[in-house]
Amino acid sequence: MTAGRAKGWNDRTLSRLVQLGFAVVLLLAWYLAATWGQVSHLLLPNPVEVWHQFIGILASGEFLPDLRVTLTELAVAFAISTSLGISTGYFVSRSPYAIKVFEPLFAGIFSIPIILFLPLYVLFFGLGPASKIALGATISFFPIVLNTIAGFGNVDRVLTTAARSMGASNLQMFRHVLLPAALPVVLAGLRMGFTVALLSIIGSETIASLAGLGHRIVNLAENMDMARMFAYIAFVVAIAAFLNAAVSALEARGRR
Amino acid sequence: MSAAAIQVRDVSHQFGEEGETRHVQALQDTSLDVAKGELLCLIGPSGCGKSTLLNVMGGLIAPSTGTTTVSGKPVRGPMPHDISFIFQENALFPWNTVLENVVLGMTFQGVPRSEREDRARRALEAVGLAEFAQHYPGQLSGGMRQRAALARALSLETDILLMDEPFGALDEQTRMVLGEDLSVLLSQSRKTIVFVTHSLGEAVFLADRVAVFSARPGTIKQIIEVNEPHPRKPEFMTSPKFHRLRDQLYGLLHDEIRKAMTESSQARRRYGDKDAAPAAEGDA
Repeated sequence: MTAGRAKGWNDRTLSRLVQLGFAVVLLLAWYLAATWGQVSHLLLPNPVEVWHQFIGILASGEFLPDLRVTLTELAVAFAISTSLGISTGYFVSRSPYAIKVFEPLFAGIFSIPIILFLPLYVLFFGLGPASKIALGATISFFPIVLNTIAGFGNVDRVLTTAARSMGASNLQMFRHVLLPAALPVVLAGLRMGFTVALLSIIGSETIASLAGLGHRIVNLAENMDMARMFAYIAFVVAIAAFLNAAVSALEARGRR
Repeated sequence: MSAAAIQVRDVSHQFGEEGETRHVQALQDTSLDVAKGELLCLIGPSGCGKSTLLNVMGGLIAPSTGTTTVSGKPVRGPMPHDISFIFQENALFPWNTVLENVVLGMTFQGVPRSEREDRARRALEAVGLAEFAQHYPGQLSGGMRQRAALARALSLETDILLMDEPFGALDEQTRMVLGEDLSVLLSQSRKTIVFVTHSLGEAVFLADRVAVFSARPGTIKQIIEVNEPHPRKPEFMTSPKFHRLRDQLYGLLHDEIRKAMTESSQARRRYGDKDAAPAAEGDA
């Protein structure tokens, strides 16, 4: 009865509407439960109050010191894991024997929850940013090094042979063959590394820290300032979503 | 002897060490002269070492023993100013356009920047791909990709062209047309060409001489002269001479193919399917 194209459009619109409706119903239920329900305000603050707090936080700019701490930790950790991960991965990928040794090793370590070592990191690096940077760098090192090995290790042999037969120097081989062949996989590794670095840094701030967004949220919870805590959570979610979208966009641009 | 473009003397090559599961004696005491300006086809059962010999000639594989000389110089590695290659698989860089691929080949070879694009466009014109210069390899058919690879090799202006089953992955009609075009191009360029193929018809149609390989360990069993001027017309394919030569080739190859098949099935029984793989690898 309906044309295929119109049906596809309807399906998409419908699923968007359902998603939106779901969010609205959830908010409404929250509002109703908090306003007329018997739910304690300590457990579930009123969404209107959360909204006011959210606007207040943005307007006053009081989030800036914590945001700066968290973003600095993230930037330093990501810079460390990127440079170490890519250089280590590249050198491992040059030898089939090294791949056989290190690839399973890195994959094995990546599969254990490294956050369990946080107490050790705090012991070594203190409660300040250093322990967050070290943990974030450690955790994000693995997806980056693994993807770099995969990217540079699986370049089609016929392409490198062809380049060699035409007289490509080592530098030309890297610049015109290895790098473009590996880039999409390496970029995917960087995006994964960024995501896990962000997760582990905010996560470890909530466990043991002196400052940062995670620290602020836990602090508010301990002071039973629930509306403000919810507002901060919303703020961190927005920041994380923005950063991840920015990194994905950069990745898409890098792939061209 | 000075007319030989390529001299191969007592070349043997083995993959892996003796006693290993993956040990393969690919080539055994092979000697061969390729004359300047001729098109020599290498034909033989799979795994007989014909591709290995081609890679040895081009300096991509250093043979276990024996020597190869190209234009009087001993081969010790790739010689991009004397030899260009065309491979069976698609060896174009997928992230570059057709034009960029051709230009990049000349960049590697060391052609001055100012000459590259002109030469690339002329080479693409010669293979009939001028309109597809800005296309990516993924947007082309298999036949067009091999034309682009041919353009890249031609643009390098080497005296010698080594082709490793260049039409092997194409359908029969496409390879027939490409074969005719190649015959025309060659009669104009007077390049020395060594061409590895599985196809008896292709060998007779293209070659001045056909070198028939024995089963592994491979060596050259016999060389057949075709004696037919280039460019060759499709009519040649229906001539009695073509059929006589083709039958003669088949007669020579038939026993070797049987031998190769028996050997590979024995290898399969010995090592299990997976480890019989060096047969395929050794040919690469």
